[in-house]
Amino acid sequence: MSIRIARIDKTYGAKGPGQTRALEPIDLDIHDGELIGLLGPSGSGKTTLLRIVAGLEQADSGSIHFGERDVTRVHVRDRRIGFVFQHYALFRHMSVYDNVAFGLNALPRRERPSTEEIRSRVMQLLEMVRLQAFAKRFPAQLSGGQQQRVALARALALKPDVLLLDEPFGALDAKVRQELRRWLRHLHEELHFTSLFVTHDQEEALELSDRVVVMSNGRIEQIATPDTLYRQPANRFVFEFLGDINRLEGDVEREVLTCGNARIAVPGIASGRHELLLRPHEISLATQASDRAHLPVTVSAIVPVGAEVRLELEADWLGEPWLATIGHEAFERLDITRGKRLFALPSQLHRFDAAQPTTLIPATAS
Amino acid sequence: MVRIGDAPGVRRLLIGTALALSALFLLLPLVAIFAQALMSGLDVYWQNLRDEYTLAAIGLTLLVALLTVPINLIFGVFLAWLVTRFDFPGRRLLQTLIDIPFAVSPVVAGLVYLLLYGRNGWLGGWLDAHDIQIMFAWPGIVLVTIFVTCPFIARELIPLMQAQGSREEEAAVTLGASGWTIFRRVTLPKIRHALLYGVILTNARAVGEFGAVSVVAGAIRGETNTLPLQVEQLYQDYNTVGAFTSASLLALLALLTLAAKAALEWRAARRETAT
Amino acid sequence: MIVSAFGLGRQRRVLPGFGLSLGVSLTFVSLILLLPLTSLVGQLSQLSWSQYWFLITDPRLLASYGVTLLGAGVAALFNAAFGLLMAWVLVRYDFPGKRLVDALMDLPFALPTAVAGVTLATLYSSNGWIGRLLDPLGLSVAYTWVGIALAMAFTSIPFVVRTVQPVLEDLPAEVDEAAVTLGARDGHAFRRVILPYLWPALVTGTGLAFVRSLGEFGAVIFIAGGKPYETEITSLMIFVKLQEYDYAGASAVASIVLATSLALLLAINLWQGRFIKRLHGGRP
Repeated sequence: MSIRIARIDKTYGAKGPGQTRALEPIDLDIHDGELIGLLGPSGSGKTTLLRIVAGLEQADSGSIHFGERDVTRVHVRDRRIGFVFQHYALFRHMSVYDNVAFGLNALPRRERPSTEEIRSRVMQLLEMVRLQAFAKRFPAQLSGGQQQRVALARALALKPDVLLLDEPFGALDAKVRQELRRWLRHLHEELHFTSLFVTHDQEEALELSDRVVVMSNGRIEQIATPDTLYRQPANRFVFEFLGDINRLEGDVEREVLTCGNARIAVPGIASGRHELLLRPHEISLATQASDRAHLPVTVSAIVPVGAEVRLELEADWLGEPWLATIGHEAFERLDITRGKRLFALPSQLHRFDAAQPTTLIPATAS
Repeated sequence: MVRIGDAPGVRRLLIGTALALSALFLLLPLVAIFAQALMSGLDVYWQNLRDEYTLAAIGLTLLVALLTVPINLIFGVFLAWLVTRFDFPGRRLLQTLIDIPFAVSPVVAGLVYLLLYGRNGWLGGWLDAHDIQIMFAWPGIVLVTIFVTCPFIARELIPLMQAQGSREEEAAVTLGASGWTIFRRVTLPKIRHALLYGVILTNARAVGEFGAVSVVAGAIRGETNTLPLQVEQLYQDYNTVGAFTSASLLALLALLTLAAKAALEWRAARRETAT
Repeated sequence: MIVSAFGLGRQRRVLPGFGLSLGVSLTFVSLILLLPLTSLVGQLSQLSWSQYWFLITDPRLLASYGVTLLGAGVAALFNAAFGLLMAWVLVRYDFPGKRLVDALMDLPFALPTAVAGVTLATLYSSNGWIGRLLDPLGLSVAYTWVGIALAMAFTSIPFVVRTVQPVLEDLPAEVDEAAVTLGARDGHAFRRVILPYLWPALVTGTGLAFVRSLGEFGAVIFIAGGKPYETEITSLMIFVKLQEYDYAGASAVASIVLATSLALLLAINLWQGRFIKRLHGGRP
């Protein structure tokens, strides 16, 4: 079932200075079977948008269609959505079985399946979330990850047109979160429900979504596939929000940017003051400066993390230290220790202060 | 926000029913007290108030409250300090014991005191020999009132002090403060509102206690009648206006109690939203 | 166990005032609570079992047990419904005068019971404001068990409201939302989801209202009228026996009242503990 969100906006509070605009008019089209991540910092309006799609909040204006059905004025309970809450919101006085069966039991008598049908449907759902053995337990006897799987089974029991998830893994610890993410991805591939989930974790959004909607201050900043988003961020906000960044600010003259005793060739950039950004993995290190980049740095901290080594780099010409991630092989080859002086060689630089965001390749590592 | 029962029809029906029932069961009796008291006009009301026995009852009631409240205040604070700041065997038992007055019928409360201090009671003979009268006199009234009202302050303080923990007091100890200083400067400011609320409740109950007091008072007009007993006696004498005149004083005190409680809660809520 | 608890206690006794507060508390509890209660035991110990049994099974007394239980039961049930309604309306809705209505809920605790008693008796007597309206319909409240239930209900109104209210306030919005997103109609959601959350508080509040009603005296005696075998409550029986200087009889009845109240309180506490334990997955 596709979702069409047209000109949805929302303002909280009475008119006046205390009023806050939660959503600017928002347009968003979600295709049938798509898994969409709403990504943004807190207060960006992503949860409000999700709750409006669910019908838990009313938009001030605009419309929402599920397929051809206009649901703008349809009450939540008749929208045929499944909703998964951040803190699971399981009914704590009901067994796992009763939680999952709740929606089916709540149907009006003539639509309600027979007890045996409900039973087989619930057991099937519990099997799907791999919790058949826990049917008689109470929510408090389950771990957070298990509770969230029950919540998911409960939301899917009524075969909703649309599955909505509000920070579904936000309350879980890192390892369980990873596991559940992968599992949800599989489930989605298997069942093909259309779903929309909210998250503030960029990794989660990139890993799970077919497309990611990046939001800030009640606006959509970019809608793109994870790949495009990472490679071609629409603006500085998206670039900054999707990962760690390093800043380089200086004066450009004759296509060379100077900042203190640091210099780097920036082909195609007009003279004047500019801010350039680069990701930690876009920095490589060498014992000598190249002819295109002279960026002397001192290693001030070393943190080996998994497959890579994170380095903190300091220099007189830098306001805040840079963060670089390099492979163990390079780390050993360069024999890096704290206090070692090296030269940074950016493989890419990103620029967002022009009308069109650009990526330039200033130098190839020699 | 979608919440259960927020359909306008349901809302109106429930609010309407709630208001109608509250008016019938709570507001109407309250209004009736003052209406009955003023039934024969203000002059009669003043005259009833100045009645010699009524004045004596007011005096005795004040005396009871003035003795009961401070005694229970001291006990309540010590008990709350004891059970929330120290762990010792029998702590739970002690907490359960002080709930007994809540469970006991006031008449039973009066009875046990009568059994103890009455003429045929355990201490009655000795008291009689030394010409000390406790039963059917004001000391007995004060004693049973203390019994009936002793849980109120402790019950307000204990959950609060338990929730607050004793970190700040321990910090004060490390800074070398004495016990009294710790209580006055660290603990008291944190429990001020609960303490005040406990005092208000104790006072309301002390002034209004009827069942226990009527057992030990002996109903001697002008001597051992507190205001509630005076209400009863006038009512039994078919002096309805007189009975409700005394009742109106007690109702006024009840209204003040409610207002004080609302004000305390309002201030607490405001402070909570401010932080 | 006790030894280790003692040792632990000693170690943690960083704060001053243990001796003093223990002394004051124990002295007070002994003198004010325990000593008088022991005198009841003392009085009872002078009775033989057969005498005791004879005293507590007096037919007039048996009738008073019946009417007290009936009145308290009806009062508690009324308060369960009324208290639930009031708690719901005060927590979930906004309306003009809400703060006043909220404050009014405590009136029965603030108003002396004797005042409540004479007021209700006056209102519901055959020429009172309400009795006058009921009389032509053939309904009489005063001097019947209905009046007793009414007076008991009045004095115990705050119990259910004030125990359910905070629980309802703490109920996360997600509980409502989860039920509604699963398609539940209001009635179904309330019965199957909200009510079970409120259940422990509701039962506790109703139980406390019942215990309080069993012991109520001042509010009831005026409207009850005290007709033997019909409208005499058990507290009144104790009072009557005392006025006849029948201390043994009064003590026997008092022991029944006291034991019933304490047993009920204990039962409420135990039940509450078990219920809460289950919700927290076996962890208290």
